[in-house]
Amino acid sequence: MADFLDTGLGTALLIAAQGLLLIGFVMISLLFLVYGDRKVWAAVQMRRGPNVVGPWGLLQTVADALKYVFKEIVVPAGADRAVFFLAPMLSFVLAVTAWAVIPFNEGWVLADINVAILFVFAVASLEVYGVIMGGWASNSKYPFLGSLRSAAQMVSYEVSLGLIIIGIIISTGAMNFSAIVAAQDGAYGLFSWYWLPHLPMVVLFFISALAETNRPPFDLPEAESELVAGYQVEYSSVPYLLFMAGEYLAIFLMCALISLMFFGGWLSPIPGLPDGAFWMVAKMAFFFFLFAMVKAITPRYRYDQLMRIGWKVFLPLSLAWVVIVAFLARYEVLGGVWARSTIGG
Amino acid sequence: MGVADFAFYAFAITVLASAILVVFSRNPVHSVLWLILAFLSSAGLFVLLGAEFVAMLLIIVYVGAVAVLFLFVVMMLDIDFTQLKVGMARNLPLGGLIGVVLLMQLGLLFGAWQEAEGAMGLRQAPTPDPDEVHNTRALGQLLYDDYAFLFQAAGLILLVAMIGAIVLTLRHRTSVKRQDVLSQMYRDPAQSMELKDVKPGKGL
Repeated sequence: MADFLDTGLGTALLIAAQGLLLIGFVMISLLFLVYGDRKVWAAVQMRRGPNVVGPWGLLQTVADALKYVFKEIVVPAGADRAVFFLAPMLSFVLAVTAWAVIPFNEGWVLADINVAILFVFAVASLEVYGVIMGGWASNSKYPFLGSLRSAAQMVSYEVSLGLIIIGIIISTGAMNFSAIVAAQDGAYGLFSWYWLPHLPMVVLFFISALAETNRPPFDLPEAESELVAGYQVEYSSVPYLLFMAGEYLAIFLMCALISLMFFGGWLSPIPGLPDGAFWMVAKMAFFFFLFAMVKAITPRYRYDQLMRIGWKVFLPLSLAWVVIVAFLARYEVLGGVWARSTIGG
Repeated sequence: MGVADFAFYAFAITVLASAILVVFSRNPVHSVLWLILAFLSSAGLFVLLGAEFVAMLLIIVYVGAVAVLFLFVVMMLDIDFTQLKVGMARNLPLGGLIGVVLLMQLGLLFGAWQEAEGAMGLRQAPTPDPDEVHNTRALGQLLYDDYAFLFQAAGLILLVAMIGAIVLTLRHRTSVKRQDVLSQMYRDPAQSMELKDVKPGKGL
């Protein structure tokens, strides 16, 4: 068996099996995340939420997905067919691709590359193409204007996300997620994690992640109540399902990023308890709960306010933070809490 | 043929094919999309060379930001490219002549190129052993330690260009109604609203 795995075919099969395992995990958690999302809003609004299909309504998302599959695919007249179908595929495939470098435990990662954090960022920055291409290829005014609006939003918030990530990279001295988590391992449990030294940026990162993934209060791409939705107006059936799945995967990815970068990934919060993938999944679920709560309790932003916050508040703050962190790390202020670069490299 | 060779040929063929399609596709938006594919494939070539940091930067900067702006502009312009290509056959000889002249000038320049003493040595010296120092760190050492001054000077030039562009295009128009965000946020109901008690049968 071990000999077979060393051959070219064996390695290829092994990688394919690992990839399928990861995709399976992500897709199944996606089903229950959508369900959890709806249950949280329902609880906030004192409704019951989905409770008919399956026990406690657990299979509601499966039923919804099947419904989408059996619907008719409508292609608008004059649409650019190739680009029209490429757009949802692109946004789904990219959303899945980014998971390749996310570790769930020590060594539990599909591709342990040096520039993992940049890879995630690069893939996230490509996701804007699904939006632009979808809006343009629909050959219709509403999706086109909607796609311009959402693309501008996603590009704007990427800048501050990137700068916050740079702060983490400076602190760690490496761009590999395992190294970033290892750098947060300390004697004080959850007080050794990056959220404490990087506290202001945790809040900024969370809000930027909301805007980057088009979640409320920044869901201007949808804005179903005032702007007749956005780039996905002309989509139906499976292409629409792919857009939605890609969006949820991006949100879940952001939860994973926050857990890995600021909250110690798979490290246990209390010293003495064993570390493990359980903590990672628990943290991701907790941040997804926060995302759902934000949707339930905040009203939608106006578009000019959204752009103003991105460019005039978040960008200067995160840029200043990069400079401050560089200073704090260089002179090892407070015993070098900001400079843990000895571990990475 | 190993996996790396196969990947190299796949990426290389994709770069060339998509670059050709950038020029020949009829729809300008398709051209930009092919350009993006060319960028992505060249990022793949960088990865094969072991320069994964440069590859990621190429994707983040060129594909994630620059090409988005291209796409924005091209999508909003209403250009009929077939109309632009009408006089192609007539203008081809003149254009070809200009191209040949430019090529000859480039050749002359390249022939007369003189390298400074030891330039080649300097170019090869800073390359560290890839097994010991991975390329992100090597690049950082080169930019921020060895050539920090040149790097800062380049940054300064870019800053000047940026400020220049802003100054050239900034116009203060007094006729435009502007929003003052702070005053909007600090508006309070007591000052901006007045409650009137309207008696039935009478107006205000």
